[in-house]
Amino acid sequence: MATIFQGLRGGAAAALTNSIDSKKLLSRSTRRSLSERKVSFPVVRSDGSVNLNPGGSNARARRVDQLITNAVATKADSSAASSTSKPGHELLLFEALREGLEEEMDRDPHVCVMGEDVGHYGGSYKVTRGLADKYGDLRVLDTPIAENSFTGMGIGAAMTGLRPIVEGMNMGFLLLAFNQISNNCGMLHYTSGGQFTIPVVIRGPGGVGRQLGAEHSQRLESYFQSIPGIQMVACSTPYNAKGLMKAAIRSENPVILFEHVLLYNLKERIPDEEYICNLEEAEMVRPGEHVTILTYSRMRYHVMQAAKTLVNKGYDPEVIDIRSLKPFDLHMIGNSVKKTHRVLIVEECMRTGGIGASLTAAITENFHDYLDAPIVCLSSQDVPTPYAGTLEEWTVVQPAQIVTAVEQLCQ
Amino acid sequence: MALSHLKSSSSGSNFLKPLATAFSLRRPISTSTDPITVETSVPFTTHRCDPPSRTVETSPQELLSFFRDMATMRRMEIAADSLYKAKLIRGFCHLYDGQEAVAVGMEAAITKKDSIITAYRDHCTFLGRGGTLLEIFSELMGRQGGCSSGKGGSMHFYKKKSGFYGGHGIVGAQVPLGCGLAFAHKYNKDDAVAFALYGDGAANQGQLFEALNISALWDLPVILVYGMGTAEWRAAKSPSYYKRGDYVPGLKVDGMDAFAVKQACKFAKEHALKSGPI
Repeated sequence: MATIFQGLRGGAAAALTNSIDSKKLLSRSTRRSLSERKVSFPVVRSDGSVNLNPGGSNARARRVDQLITNAVATKADSSAASSTSKPGHELLLFEALREGLEEEMDRDPHVCVMGEDVGHYGGSYKVTRGLADKYGDLRVLDTPIAENSFTGMGIGAAMTGLRPIVEGMNMGFLLLAFNQISNNCGMLHYTSGGQFTIPVVIRGPGGVGRQLGAEHSQRLESYFQSIPGIQMVACSTPYNAKGLMKAAIRSENPVILFEHVLLYNLKERIPDEEYICNLEEAEMVRPGEHVTILTYSRMRYHVMQAAKTLVNKGYDPEVIDIRSLKPFDLHMIGNSVKKTHRVLIVEECMRTGGIGASLTAAITENFHDYLDAPIVCLSSQDVPTPYAGTLEEWTVVQPAQIVTAVEQLCQ
Repeated sequence: MALSHLKSSSSGSNFLKPLATAFSLRRPISTSTDPITVETSVPFTTHRCDPPSRTVETSPQELLSFFRDMATMRRMEIAADSLYKAKLIRGFCHLYDGQEAVAVGMEAAITKKDSIITAYRDHCTFLGRGGTLLEIFSELMGRQGGCSSGKGGSMHFYKKKSGFYGGHGIVGAQVPLGCGLAFAHKYNKDDAVAFALYGDGAANQGQLFEALNISALWDLPVILVYGMGTAEWRAAKSPSYYKRGDYVPGLKVDGMDAFAVKQACKFAKEHALKSGPI
């Protein structure tokens, strides 16, 4: 049973459910149609529990996890009815990424994909499914487990004008390619005096999943943010996933696109016509008056869940998904700060040296006069992510903490 | 030969004699393109392939260009050394004097469509690819007229138009890039190859073997060229570097012999286009 998520553009607040009452949400027909496709992928249930099944068989990881809080905003009314009346088409986030990728590969013959299991297996999260059959082995390349060298190869190919998309099976594995990303990808444009551009896109899932263990739950955006010469974006909805993927491929700069392991099965209706999202723009999720909440990726959903509670308590939070992690969209953020005068940053990065830390510094530097209270930054704990589910939960920011923080901030 | 004939026929004062000789010497020899055959000084040693012939074809014009280029490179590196010691070149300055035959021999065997990538010992390779002395010295001294506008320095020379991809500071990082260049050649189907040069420091880097594995797997037209630097006995268990590719063929060449290098590069290019990395 997949969770339905409607895009929150235009300011409508998400309708959120508690863990108790959502059994009627999704019909059996949805589940059947999914299983007919013979795809096994992680499934977010309506009550917020998740079966994480990265590319494995159906039998393997079908455990019901009662302890998990609602990770994803859910819609109160049934999804099955909404298909035919509105324009656009519904799809899941990984399908949106694939659509964006496919459109760009059609458009430009220089675009190629390389990564582990992207070709014949179809991608560990099914993002590149079907592309190897369509474009052949030279454009969708299965690499051995050698991140350092295949990232280097992607960069070398980009120097000649190809536009490779390098997929890290998990963002954490790209630590092995840090030298190539930092020294070559980020710096070649500069050290060659502008002779070379490196139009490479490095993408992959990161973030804390469901008990994946410390090494597979890393948030690399904090490590990469200092590298000069690269751009970083984080997608959070199918709409912006497709848009950012297309924009990243078209960009002449190296772009690192951060996806999140738990967000691949979000469903949304996206436009049929072609669109791209600006790489440097943030997204206004919910306009408000009392406090600016800045967030990105999975934490957006925790924030929206907390927003529901806050609205019931009489607060009016403005929620912005910053999307562009480097450079920050200080224009939208600044306008928001000037309106609300209070800032709360909610992120999944570690407390020390994370995106939130940089954002706090940037806002303080630029908009100090407009702040009525110190900026509050809620981040993950500075610990390796534990395996035990309860402990893992406590290392990540939960909606209840967001509500408390807003209440304290708005006193 | 022609040389001695000219010498005896030149007249003039003792003072002008060397100048006159030099001036009149240049023209007859340098324009001749008649082929001359030369034998390489040392035979090739091979690993998993047949050696190329020891007989190399060249011409007086090529011989003189070899001499001119190598002499320029040598003088350039010595001048760079003096500048470095005078603190006009800062940071690092890795010199190529002594290895000129490799750069020159390689250039003679390939075209500008082929790509070359090397590590930080790149001054002479850059010159061989069509760089000018002015660009080199400007870059070394941090001036805008340099090949990287003064932003790269000694270790970051690039010339995109002639297929020279640098110029890299981190040991070994250029080898995967080189395999990426070869991938691009294969993707664009342009019958060109990529030469990735490295030294023995990089020869012990994991990414080299990773890249070699991927290149062999995908049949990429890449030629890995190894040259000496670190003390063998200190860093390498197996000093037969040309055999280190294991399933990838290798060729051991005398780097002091420009003709051997030229022959080897020609052979390697043909091999790479046909059967993958070497």
